[in-house]
Amino acid sequence: MAHRVTLSESCQAVEAFERDTLEPLQAPAGMTAEDQRDIYRRMRLIREFDTAVKGLWKRDFIYGLAHSYVAAEAIAVGACAALERTDYITSTHRGHGHTIAKGGDPRRMMAELMGRVDGYCGGKGGSMHIAAVDMGMLGATGIVGSAMPIAVGAGLTAKTLDRPFVTVCFHGDGATNQGVWHESVNLAAVWNLPVIFLCENNQWAISLPYDQAAKNPTVSDRAQGYGIPGVTVDGFNPFAVYRAVKEAAERARSGGGPTLIEARFYRYVGHFVADDERYRDTDCNILWERFDPIGRMATYLAESGLATPEWVADADAAAKAAVDDAIEFAKASPEPSAETLWDGLFSPEFMREQGISL
Amino acid sequence: MRTPSAAAAAPHADVAEGAAPRVMTVKQAINETLREEMGRDPTIIILGCDVGIRGNPFGVTKGLYEEFGAGRVLDTPISEAAIIGTSLGAAATGLRPIAEILFSDWITIGMDQLVNQVAKIRYMFGGAINVPLVIRAPVGAGGGQAAQHSQSFESWFSHVPGLQVVMPATPRDVKGLLRTAIRSDDPVLFFEHKRGYEIKGEVPDGEYTIPFGKAEIARAGSDVTVVTVSVMRHKAMTVAAELSADGIECEVIDPRTIYPFDYAAVLASVAKTHRLVVVHEANRRSGIGGEIVSQVVERAFDQLAAPPVIVAGLDVPMPYNRSLEALVIPDEARIRDAVLAVTARRT
Ligand SMILES: Cc1ncc(C[n+]2csc(CCOP(=O)(O)OP(=O)(O)O)c2C)c(N)n1
Repeated sequence: MAHRVTLSESCQAVEAFERDTLEPLQAPAGMTAEDQRDIYRRMRLIREFDTAVKGLWKRDFIYGLAHSYVAAEAIAVGACAALERTDYITSTHRGHGHTIAKGGDPRRMMAELMGRVDGYCGGKGGSMHIAAVDMGMLGATGIVGSAMPIAVGAGLTAKTLDRPFVTVCFHGDGATNQGVWHESVNLAAVWNLPVIFLCENNQWAISLPYDQAAKNPTVSDRAQGYGIPGVTVDGFNPFAVYRAVKEAAERARSGGGPTLIEARFYRYVGHFVADDERYRDTDCNILWERFDPIGRMATYLAESGLATPEWVADADAAAKAAVDDAIEFAKASPEPSAETLWDGLFSPEFMREQGISL
Repeated sequence: MRTPSAAAAAPHADVAEGAAPRVMTVKQAINETLREEMGRDPTIIILGCDVGIRGNPFGVTKGLYEEFGAGRVLDTPISEAAIIGTSLGAAATGLRPIAEILFSDWITIGMDQLVNQVAKIRYMFGGAINVPLVIRAPVGAGGGQAAQHSQSFESWFSHVPGLQVVMPATPRDVKGLLRTAIRSDDPVLFFEHKRGYEIKGEVPDGEYTIPFGKAEIARAGSDVTVVTVSVMRHKAMTVAAELSADGIECEVIDPRTIYPFDYAAVLASVAKTHRLVVVHEANRRSGIGGEIVSQVVERAFDQLAAPPVIVAGLDVPMPYNRSLEALVIPDEARIRDAVLAVTARRT
C-alpha cells in the first residue's frame, strides 16, 4: 500500500512532541489533592465508558456511528475542571468525553447511545448528538466545524446580558480548515467575546495528517492572524490544559476576549469504533501510548504521594462499576414509543396549534 | 440533447450491443467507471476528504490513489465550500473534476458555490464557460446515522436551474450514468444511496453510456404506475412482485435522473394504468413527488382514475432510534398500502 511519509505519520513526530510539547505533570498552584484525584477519576470514567461503547457497538447494542474519546481524556477533563458549573461548552462528533467532563450522567448518556427514552435526547440523537444541556454541554454535532459559531453566539449572550459565563468551544484540527472556523474566531475576536477555542489537535482528520491539511506547523499560530492570544499545550496533560483554560477564562471574564488554545496530542486509536487505520503506520501508536494521560496521571499521583496503588485500583473499579451500572440502566430503559417521534420538532405550543403528530 | 465532451473519445451509445453481462455491486460499478474514465482522460481528477489512501470510507475510490497518484486523487482538508468552488474553477479552466462530499448533508457548506456559481456561471456569462463538474454525494437514511447524516436533497437541487441531478439505483445504471455525467460539459449532482452500495446486478461489458432524461421501465404492468427513485426502486419491485400474485400489476418506473426528467415515460404509463403512486425516501414536503404529481395532473388530469398518492419520508429530522427511524423511511408496507389505495378506487 502506498504510504505518505509525513511528520505526523512517521514516528519522528513522537520525538518532536517530546521535545517541543510534552510537559511534566505538575498540579496548578492551589489545586487540592482531592481535586487532583478527581481529575483521575473522571478521565478513567471516560476511558471505561468509551471502551464499553466499542464493545456494545460491536454487539449491536449501539446503532449508527460512535467516535471514541480515548487518548483525549486529559483535554476535556482538564478544561472542564477549570470551568464553573454555569459555563458552557460546545462539542464535536467525539462528544462522550466532553459530556462526562462537564458533569453529564453516564446513565443518561448510555441510554442515549442505546436510543432509549431515558437518554439525554430521548433516543433521537445518539452518539453524534449527545448533549447535556442542563450541565451546560450544548451538544455534539456530526458536521465538522459547525459548533464554532454556536460557541460565539453563547459568548454574545454573555456579553449582551452581562453574564459572567464563558464558553469553551472544543473542535478538532480538521475543523480548523472550515471557512466557518475562521469566520467564528474573527467574530469572537472583533466583538471581544468570552469564548475559548480549544483545538484538540490529535494530528489526524480521519486519514489526512494535520501537516497535509495546513501549512502552519501549529494551530495556535493562527491566533496572531486574528489578533488574539494563542497557545499550544500538552494535550496528554490535564494540568497543562487546566492552566491554559483557567487563564483564558479569567481573561474572558474580565473582558479580555477570546483565546485559541491548541491541545496537541495524538489519536493512537482508530477514528471511530470500526476504523481499521489502514491509512497509516500503526507501529507508531505504541510509541504514543507511552503518553497515555491516564497512565501518566496514575504515576504522578503515586509519585507525589497523593494516591496509593490501592486507591488507583479502587478508582478504576469504581469507574468500571459506574459504566456497568449505566449499561444496566440503559438496557432497562424502554425504547421510545412511536408517539414520541414528533416531540421536540417545535415548541409544544406550536405543535398543538398545528396539530403535528403521527 | 447533450453534447459529449471533446475529451470523450468513444461514441455515445446506450448499452453496448452483444456485450456479455457481469455481476457486480453498485460500489464496484462506481469504482470501475471512475478508473476507466480516469484512464481515458488525463484531465479528470478526484477530490474530497479521505478519497486517497483511505479510498473513501465506503471503499468507493479504493485503488485509484495508487493507480493515478496524489496529483489526480486529492485528499482535501475538511473544506466543503472550497472543494466545490475549487472544482468549479478547475472545471472552467480545463480540468474535469469529480468532487466527493462523503455525506450529501455536508453539501450545505458549499451551497453558495453550488447554487450561486456552479449552476449559473455558464448562463450568467452568456454561455462562455463549460462546467464539466461532477459532485458525487451519498444520500439516504438507515443505519442510525441520525439527523445530520441521513438526508436526501434531490428536490433542492432539481429546483435550481442549471444543475443536472442523477440518482441511480442499479449497478448498470450507475455505470452508464456516471460515465455520462463525467463526459457532460454541465454540472451534475450524482447521488448514490449509501444503503445501496452493496446491491448487486448485471453490468454490460465494455464502454456504454446511458443518456440523462431517459427513464427505465423496471417492470411493466397495466394497473398502477409506480414512479420510484434511488433504492426505493428495490422496495417497489418487491411490492410489485407480491401484488402481482394478488392480481395487481404495477408498472415500476425509475426515472434515474431527476433533472432532466422523463415525463414522457410517466405520462405514457399513466395513459395505460390511469393510476399513479410516487415513492421517494426524502421527506414529503416540497419534495419531488409533489412536482411529479403536479406535472401529471396538469398534463393528463383526464387520464387519472384516482387521486395520485405520494409515499415519502415523514417531515421530521431523522431520529437516531432504530424503530423511530423505521417509521420515517418509507417501507414496503406503506408502498403496498398506497398501491391498494389507488386501485381500490377502480370503478
Ligand atoms: C463537514 C464535514 N465534513 C466531513 C466530515 C467527515 N468527518 C467526520 S470526522 C472527520 C475528521 C475530523 O477531524 P478533526 O476535526 O481533526 O477531529 P478528530 O476526528 O480528529 O477528533 C471527518 C472528515 C464531517 N463529519 N463533516
